[in-house]
Amino acid sequence: MGVEETLGNNIITTSLDTIVNWSRARSLWPLTFGLACCAIEMMATGAARFDLDRFGVLFRASPRQADVIIIAGTVTKKMVPVIQTVYEQMPEPRYVIAMGACACSGGVFDTYSTVQGVDEILPVDVYVPGCPPRPEGLLYGIMKLQEKIMKERNSFGAVIGVGERING
Amino acid sequence: MSVQAAVDKLKAKFGETVLETIEFRGETTVVVKKEEIVAVCTFLKEDVGFNFLTDLCGVDYMGQTPRFMVVYQLYNIGTHTRLRVKAPVEESDTTIDTVSGVWATANWLERECWDLMGITFNNHPDPRRILLPADWEGHPLRKDYPVQGPDREPYQGRLQ
Repeated sequence: MGVEETLGNNIITTSLDTIVNWSRARSLWPLTFGLACCAIEMMATGAARFDLDRFGVLFRASPRQADVIIIAGTVTKKMVPVIQTVYEQMPEPRYVIAMGACACSGGVFDTYSTVQGVDEILPVDVYVPGCPPRPEGLLYGIMKLQEKIMKERNSFGAVIGVGERING
Repeated sequence: MSVQAAVDKLKAKFGETVLETIEFRGETTVVVKKEEIVAVCTFLKEDVGFNFLTDLCGVDYMGQTPRFMVVYQLYNIGTHTRLRVKAPVEESDTTIDTVSGVWATANWLERECWDLMGITFNNHPDPRRILLPADWEGHPLRKDYPVQGPDREPYQGRLQ
């Protein structure tokens, strides 16, 4: 039962980019940041039934420790400077998931006070449609972001100061 | 004191200032001139006992004259009675005196009313926007304000 034999003195051959990408994709820490009803679904995704922890996704309470911001809800124009400040406080590399119809496009709020999609102010990596999306939807979005991170090139080079990170 | 007694007392004291009294489904509304609103509110609080301002808001009756109404929802905590006071405000002069000296809660309610409806409250201690960003232009709850904002067209549907 259990681990009966350790790996021993084995070696693994891989590229540095792959191992950097792998470690980034498997420890995506989102910022605890909810704006509206989508935040409730986001909490459900993080809780026991769907359990984001098994993907290495742990919510962090500080943007300084976060890799990804999930825009979960309606973005009002008054909220824009707050979101921009929080995003700028996140360390590179940073990712954005637009969760729900409001964050993707403004949703039903075709009004003066609502930003018509958070991509007007932030570079969005993954859009998760739905009103609100079910936890499976958000999970799928996070997995898509992991796929996207795995396709990045020169991730290691960018860390040691050789060139820029290239999106796959 | 019942609501009717309160209205009678108000009429006896202010006479011509009370423009109209409306009874509808057990709710009493008095319409008063806006010039006397502070005196009326002070009287209703100090002498009649409406010691709680539940809400204060503006209404835009576009197309009618006067265009705006400022509505004061009053409550007497002692006798559990309610009274609604309305004051008409013309479009040419959208100002009315503040009642934040009578009920302190009117401070924020009047800021909201100015923010969204564009009714200026004279002598207000803190006349800033409260809900919209500080650099906002216009007053969105007015009927002639486009719902999607002045700087873009509304969504036409995906088949357009």
